[in-house]
Amino acid sequence: MKQLKILLLFAHPSQSRSEVNLPLFENAKSLPFVTTVDLYAEYPKFNIDITREQQRLLDHDVVIFQFPFYWYSTPAILKEWQDLVLEYGFAYGTNGNALHGKTFMCALSAGGNKDAYRAGGYNHFTVRELLQPLEQTAMLTGMRYLPPFSLFSSRSAVEEKRMPQHIEDWQKLLNALHHGQFDDLQTDNTVIINDLLPSLAH
Amino acid sequence: MTIYFVQAFIYLVAAVITVPLAKKLGLGSVLGYLIAGVIIGPVTGLVGQETVTIQHFAEFGVVMMLFLVGLELEPKMLWQMRNRLLGLGGLQVILTAALIFAVALAFGQVWTVALAIGLIFSLSSTAIVLQTFNEKGLTKTEGGQNAFSVLLMQDIAVIPMLAFIPMLALPELAAAAQATKEAADHHEELSLVAGLPTWAYALAILGSIGGVIAAGHFLSRPLFHYVASSGLREIFVATALVLVVGIAALMSLVGLSPALGTFLAGVVLANSEFRHELESNIEPFKGLLLGLFFITVGAGIDFQILTSNLVIILAITAGVMLSKAGILWLLASIFKIRNSSRWLFSMSLAQAGEFGFVLLSFGIQNHVVPSETASMLQLVVALSMFLTPLLFILFDKVILPKYEAVSNNQEYDTIEEQGTVIVAGIGRFGQIVTRLLTANGVKPVVLDHEAGQVENLRLINIQAYFGDATRPELLHTAGIEEAKALVVAIDNRESAIELVHYVKHTYPTVRILARAFDKGHSYELSLAGADYVINETYHSALEMGGQLMTDLGFHPFAVEQKKAAFINAETNASQTLFEKWQSGTEGERFDQDYRKIFMQLEETILQMMQQDRADKHHSDERGWTPPPKGYQNKFEEGE
Repeated sequence: MKQLKILLLFAHPSQSRSEVNLPLFENAKSLPFVTTVDLYAEYPKFNIDITREQQRLLDHDVVIFQFPFYWYSTPAILKEWQDLVLEYGFAYGTNGNALHGKTFMCALSAGGNKDAYRAGGYNHFTVRELLQPLEQTAMLTGMRYLPPFSLFSSRSAVEEKRMPQHIEDWQKLLNALHHGQFDDLQTDNTVIINDLLPSLAH
Repeated sequence: MTIYFVQAFIYLVAAVITVPLAKKLGLGSVLGYLIAGVIIGPVTGLVGQETVTIQHFAEFGVVMMLFLVGLELEPKMLWQMRNRLLGLGGLQVILTAALIFAVALAFGQVWTVALAIGLIFSLSSTAIVLQTFNEKGLTKTEGGQNAFSVLLMQDIAVIPMLAFIPMLALPELAAAAQATKEAADHHEELSLVAGLPTWAYALAILGSIGGVIAAGHFLSRPLFHYVASSGLREIFVATALVLVVGIAALMSLVGLSPALGTFLAGVVLANSEFRHELESNIEPFKGLLLGLFFITVGAGIDFQILTSNLVIILAITAGVMLSKAGILWLLASIFKIRNSSRWLFSMSLAQAGEFGFVLLSFGIQNHVVPSETASMLQLVVALSMFLTPLLFILFDKVILPKYEAVSNNQEYDTIEEQGTVIVAGIGRFGQIVTRLLTANGVKPVVLDHEAGQVENLRLINIQAYFGDATRPELLHTAGIEEAKALVVAIDNRESAIELVHYVKHTYPTVRILARAFDKGHSYELSLAGADYVINETYHSALEMGGQLMTDLGFHPFAVEQKKAAFINAETNASQTLFEKWQSGTEGERFDQDYRKIFMQLEETILQMMQQDRADKHHSDERGWTPPPKGYQNKFEEGE
């Protein structure tokens, strides 16, 4: 079995109010094969250390962006991170193949319910569709793109006691990523990776 | 001509040698000038008769000084001072004059002479007092402000005195002078108001004062604009001088005090945008003339009269100063001026002043005071002025420390509250830290060894405690055992290092954040065990540098990047240098003075920046660098 290393880049600008993401992040910290980075804590002034971040990418096989969905996209610091770290000559362009062969995935929480995120719903698009800029970024940089791990109706998740299940799914997902269990799976038509978890072998 | 050069040289060289020396010895510049005067005058006899003439000329320095004082004083402030001016100042003049009058009477002086003496000695020396206040930074203190109101009132009081003293003329002196009356008439001062009836005289005075105020208010701006637009600096200087000299002339012509007139003009111009320009232009003239004035006071001391009447002159001087100080002390207690301010107020104004010289010679001219008495009194005035700087030193060295000690010697506070954070030192630095913490619900325990500071903070509901934070017992009562962090912001370099060292060794779990004065200090603090050290001026200076770059046209965001790159390079270089510094032996370390460290640091930063450039990884150009032109062709080829 593979032993892939996971880099979890966590972006949450208001962690004192976090009900979903912070527990997930704390949970991931206990896994030895996951490197957890709290971007807002490390770069509170957005002064991202490009060299260090590129080295982190080189040292890992799976890259996860973990964030609450903000206006159908990532919080600002993750965009800043992309703009700075995915340099020409490193992530793309001449000799820019540092990320080739790695795996990329988003883990997000969304306030709207699952039905809102589809054609005909009030958000009109699926979360996977809305994340297409990141999907294309993964493609251009030669990374395997996996559909997002998502929690919908996140503002009521705690009250409706959906968190224990979600955390369990999260651990299962991270373990599966660690062992490369998605490598041979066809995911092009999957909207959220949560749907694939039940079919995974243990 | 040659003689003027020689004299000017003697005066200047005496000042150049003595004044810096006096300042270095902590005597103040005024005493330096006085000593210079004594040396070139009575001691070596290099200068002689002309000192009196020069003194009249040099008194103009006082006029200029009052102009400058006026510039600092907006009309609103003057209005706010009115109670102290009339109450404190007025009472001082009246009571002092009355007391000295009574004493002089008791010693057998004729009542007219006694009254004249009383009036003369009621005045103090604006020149010495204000100059010394300036030098010692006492101008804005309570004692300084009150002393200033009294001085201002005295300058105003000179006007009625000049009018009143001739009425005290002694018949026998007047008769003696009768023979030379014609000659005296010839020498009479130029005056516009001589021989006018009283009402016209009053009208002329009011007209001149009104004229000065009106001209200052309405004409000065267009005039200054016109002159400033010429761009000729010396013409602006000339204009400033014209203003002061012109007003002085006008005031003299109508029989008013030139000092008062220029003071008024200064107040009128206090709100003008040309205020600072005027100040900087007049300032050097004022300084030189005042210095010259003090020299002439020193030079004018007649050793012959002094030695033959030594005891009596010393006694009079002591008597005058004691009675003046006594009355000032009394007034201070009535007007609730307390503690060291009361001492300052009483001691600073105890001398007789330069107007004393003026009034004495005026008194001789008008046959009010016999000239033998006058020459002795002149010595008393000079001596009392000579003693004033010494009194200031006494105040500085003996009285002030006593009051500080008294207020600092109270029992150390008992600390009821224990917090997670202890802030040691609550000056400008510690205060900001504390305010941020309290604003966010963290209640620090604050320690400072200045009682006044602690009191101030308590006024704004910050839990501050009086005590010496470097004492282990106090740290213990403040709860250092349970504290998470200690902020070291005390204003003594060595104590700060000791405190850090002690806490790190005794309570290793407490996180120590220390304020450093400079790079060398920051290294010493780090070495002593501080977990986080910050240079007190670093970030504010960077902010200002950034603002400057923005002002110069750099894009604000680019400036942020450059600043970040600078901080990065500086942090790295500083770390490297610290390691080098640390590996040095004790002796070498002491060798590393600030300049050396600074030079090494700059070199390292420069090196790092250049290295980055050579690598095409210049750190501040790295972010948001667009891909090279034509790069997309390669994508298409690849596809």
